[in-house]
Amino acid sequence: MKAAPFHFHQPATLAELAGLLTSLSNARILAGGQSLVAMLNLRLVTPDHLVDINKIADLATLRQTGGTIEIGAMVRQHTLLHAPLIAQHLPVLVEALGHVGHMQTRSRGTIGGSCCHLDPSAELPAMCALLDAAFTVNGARGRRIVPASDWFAGLMQAALAEDEFLESISITPWSGKHGYGFAEYARRHGDYAIVGAGALLEADGEGTIKRAALVLFGCDTAPQRLPQAEAALVGTRAANIDFAGLAAAARAQEMMSDAQVTAAYRARLAGIMMHRAVKAAQGRLNKERP
Amino acid sequence: MSARYFGASVARSEDARLLIGQGRYVDDIDMPGMLHVAFVRSPMAHARLKAVDLAPARAMPGVVAAYTMEDFAGLAEGPMPPMAPHPLIKQPLTCHPLARHELCYVGEAIAMVVAQDRALAETAALAVMVDLEELPAVADARAALQPDAAPVHLGRDSNLLASLHTQFGDIDAAFEAADHRLTETFATHRGGCHAMECRGVVASYDQREDHLSIYTSSQAPFMVRRQLANYLSRDEQTIRVAAPDVGGGFGPKANVYPEEFALALGALKLGRPLKWIEDRQEHFVATNQQRDQFWTLEVAFTASGRILGLKGHGIHDSGAYAPYGVILPANALVCFPGPYAMQAIDIRLDVALTNLVPTSPVRGASRPNVAFILERIVDKVARHLGHSREAVRAASFVRAAQMPYFTGGVARDGSRVSYDSGDYQVALDMVLEKIGAADFTTRQRDALKRGKLLGLGLAACVEDTGIGPFEGASLRVTPRGKLVIATGAAAQGQGHATMLAQIAADVLSIDMADITVEAGDTGRFPLGLSTVGSRIAVTAGNSVHVAAQKLRSKALHFASLKLEVGADDLELSEGAVQVKGVPGLKIPLADIARALAGTTGVPLPGGMEPDLAATAYFESSGVTFAYGSNACEVEIDTETGDTRVTRYVVVHDCGRMINPMIVDGQIRGGVIHGIGNALFERMLHDEQGQPLTTTYGEYLLPMACEMPNIEIHHIETPSPRNPLGVKGAGEAGTIPAAPCVISAIENALEFQLGKAAPFITHHPVSPLDVVEWLDGGQG
Amino acid sequence: MTAMLTLTVNGRDMSAAAPANMHLGDFLRHVLGLTGTHMGCEHGVCGSCTVIVDGQPVRACLMLARQAQGARIETVEGLAQDGRLSPLQAAFRDHHALQCGFCTPGMLMTLTALLRDVPNPGESEIRAAISGNICRCTGYQGIVEAALAVATRNEASTS
Repeated sequence: MKAAPFHFHQPATLAELAGLLTSLSNARILAGGQSLVAMLNLRLVTPDHLVDINKIADLATLRQTGGTIEIGAMVRQHTLLHAPLIAQHLPVLVEALGHVGHMQTRSRGTIGGSCCHLDPSAELPAMCALLDAAFTVNGARGRRIVPASDWFAGLMQAALAEDEFLESISITPWSGKHGYGFAEYARRHGDYAIVGAGALLEADGEGTIKRAALVLFGCDTAPQRLPQAEAALVGTRAANIDFAGLAAAARAQEMMSDAQVTAAYRARLAGIMMHRAVKAAQGRLNKERP
Repeated sequence: MSARYFGASVARSEDARLLIGQGRYVDDIDMPGMLHVAFVRSPMAHARLKAVDLAPARAMPGVVAAYTMEDFAGLAEGPMPPMAPHPLIKQPLTCHPLARHELCYVGEAIAMVVAQDRALAETAALAVMVDLEELPAVADARAALQPDAAPVHLGRDSNLLASLHTQFGDIDAAFEAADHRLTETFATHRGGCHAMECRGVVASYDQREDHLSIYTSSQAPFMVRRQLANYLSRDEQTIRVAAPDVGGGFGPKANVYPEEFALALGALKLGRPLKWIEDRQEHFVATNQQRDQFWTLEVAFTASGRILGLKGHGIHDSGAYAPYGVILPANALVCFPGPYAMQAIDIRLDVALTNLVPTSPVRGASRPNVAFILERIVDKVARHLGHSREAVRAASFVRAAQMPYFTGGVARDGSRVSYDSGDYQVALDMVLEKIGAADFTTRQRDALKRGKLLGLGLAACVEDTGIGPFEGASLRVTPRGKLVIATGAAAQGQGHATMLAQIAADVLSIDMADITVEAGDTGRFPLGLSTVGSRIAVTAGNSVHVAAQKLRSKALHFASLKLEVGADDLELSEGAVQVKGVPGLKIPLADIARALAGTTGVPLPGGMEPDLAATAYFESSGVTFAYGSNACEVEIDTETGDTRVTRYVVVHDCGRMINPMIVDGQIRGGVIHGIGNALFERMLHDEQGQPLTTTYGEYLLPMACEMPNIEIHHIETPSPRNPLGVKGAGEAGTIPAAPCVISAIENALEFQLGKAAPFITHHPVSPLDVVEWLDGGQG
Repeated sequence: MTAMLTLTVNGRDMSAAAPANMHLGDFLRHVLGLTGTHMGCEHGVCGSCTVIVDGQPVRACLMLARQAQGARIETVEGLAQDGRLSPLQAAFRDHHALQCGFCTPGMLMTLTALLRDVPNPGESEIRAAISGNICRCTGYQGIVEAALAVATRNEASTS
């Protein structure tokens, strides 16, 4: 189980990276490597060129500009988990990060790597979908912004061309008083979830929901937002959420099956996890956070 | 003899080295000029091997050689010798080191590539062109025995390898006398061993000395040497096989494997040291597993819950070959009737070939499977009669007053099975008390308030341990007064070096720090068998004890001659023989060792034999039976079906304990293995025999967050069958764990569903099963 | 495709060549001869190969050797100082936290990293920390008890 040979490149700047991606064929970008190096060892991928972007400092910045949090593609999961900025503005992301792999994988794994690898059961892409993140893509042909709704191009397929790379992920936090919830079921701590869900709710002073976002992951090839259920929540009183209806909506989504988990069980979990996530979000509505 | 060490939780002498990264496992061995091997393996579960073209691999940079079996013509030929021939196997069924014409499971080795490093070897192995014609494959043991089943091997008229049978008593009379009869079917599944160190081999050949040396991650280095010598038509003297530090064994490493032979052949052919380290992907397809047994059994019992008899049959998945004979299925039959006194049994077990990785014992061998069946049947009888589970056990147990108890069964060696000692009822009572069975229903009601279903599980077991005929030991005092213990028994983490040193240290009054243990190396000791079946404390432990006694007598005899004091007035103390009560009058063992090492022209005193050393091959007066009862609590999330073992209590009797800390460690690890078998581990294949779970993301091993602490209590009933009074403990945790956990799940479901709760007949149980039961009652 | 690397391992500056496709685990073991780090699965699940890189626990099978250029690496060989076991190593021996010893280096490095960040973790934190390390022998209990013993000692010495 040793990786096949490849040429190794370690650009130090975005321009170098863009140049390499333009000139090399059959190249793969190496971010945190927590999925890719395993796939290399297993020879599930055999690139001719490996482009390691760990030395590009510009990709590892985490900052707030205006109302937006900009997370460099190479910001480590460990860093995000312990960043006060994230804890304050994107608490749902922190909760999800607690379920991402293990100590040893979070210390190298990056948000950008996870969002480009796009395992259907991965937590971070799902949170990006939930938070309507904007993906800044760069390359020799210039920068462009891809909204989360367009990012998921297929099974483990991000909306990136071969000569492009993910530069950063921008997220506009919800108001300080929003409620958030996250729930997933995995057989063992740190495993990829079988199914997970996230929920964000915002209510007015009267307790009427004015904004809602719901996401399921692990069910289909990519995270699934539930726009109809979100729309149905808006205008209802937070105290009167129709949990049964939400669970039914979750169960009705497209479900995969595999050798160990049936589509029916995934659907069951989807209902449960959606219920739990929304319940948690409801409980946190209008609660001041530090 | 003062028991300074025996019975004490002495810290292990193995640990200091392992903790600082100075262990020496096979992959840590490096040799000048060493080359690295990768195997070309079958991608199909059944295929005709039409041609192999090694030329593309041989032409690659860094590749030194590439071989198929044909390349070894003149060195050896034919299939590997069977390790355990059995009269019921008419045609031995072992594979070639490298396959010749037919491939019978995914992973069977076809060719080997030798290169400067492993990555190059793997690249070249992928370049080997293999021409295959796919043949129909059989991936299920039940399907294998259907009349229209495809043959697992071309040219064999049946996939039935052997049909084994056990019976005693008058089964018809027992069933006629019974008030009740019930029939149930069971599907038990166990996965692989998954020692954290995969297998590995380093082979080198010294042409000038005509000596072949093999390091292998093995539980049975002496068996490897014996079989290899047979296969190569060499004298055993010219082969050394050593197991260095071994990173876990758990059964499958007790086999002799094709890779061990292929590396030996390659080293002989090439004259260069070769290393092959099994990678984890290979481990899933090239190391023996255990997998499936299917059973249909009918039980006869009285209205009071006493079980009278059991009859029926089972099907055992042998996999593609039978390198280990029929030991695994034969073991199953020896496990009946478990801890229960029955009037009669009549049980048949068909051994079916499949196009899957061969099977052989995994921790507990078939004992966990049979414990599952017996304990499930007892639980079923209890439910049928509306009695408690403990009441049916109490009514059916072999009683202490019946010891030694002849079950009626016959052991593999033909002897009558007789349980030697113990009180099964006491163990059950104790475990119920320790887990707090009396107020369990209160906890169950409280859990429901948290939305959790709580269940209490129970399982009893009895285990044959310490099977013969022997593991020997020799003890020798060096001229510096240190004691060297040599034994054939290889260790894989059980703490043998500590345990054996404890025994010798007490007999010889030597400090543990002055004792070294050399084990599992054919160059250090003449004979050895295998570290399997919870047998080393009994066999090697007693051999050390007997040899130490002999060595002690010899030292006393020498001192009595020198000091002119009767041996009865002498004692050993702090590495010396001294006159009792006169500490100043003594001879250090080092001096005796030097004297008995001899001086040219000087006769030894009193015509004594040279060397302060002794060897013993303790031969047990029969297998000794450990036993115990386990209880656990599981908590079920009724929404997801998630099932956690939250408490686990073991009451166990393995006779006198040499090192309770080590015994507890063996039991704890064993229980966790059993919980893995109950809830997590499943080796899946598709209908074409392709393995579906070949990474640790897909094959779920028990991990820290999901596992409970294990509370252990001991009963110490000395075994009357060996001088130390010990019984084995290596598999004790695993054997009853799966039925205990499953019993708890069923108990929780009964609380929720009442009589509609399913009777659970398989393991592992997944959350999908649990929600199906919760939704639909009967599974 | 082979390049020279310089890095610090257990406080010592080292320099050696590594091919591009070699992971850090093989580099430590077979190039530098530090065989205490063990390869259990090479696909990033078992945790046996855990080492500390620039202060963080990392799976050595999921990092290429070339990525360790300039890094400060700690392995199991560096835990004992002047022949004395670290408190965690000693606790492993006292609590029978190892049997075959194969997963032990990864467990030690993971828990060493945890105990630096969180000097007195509770049982659930300890179990979560080793949730990415498989042990097939001990059932984890001895390992958890060993880490708890160090945690308790740390707590006593800071209060």
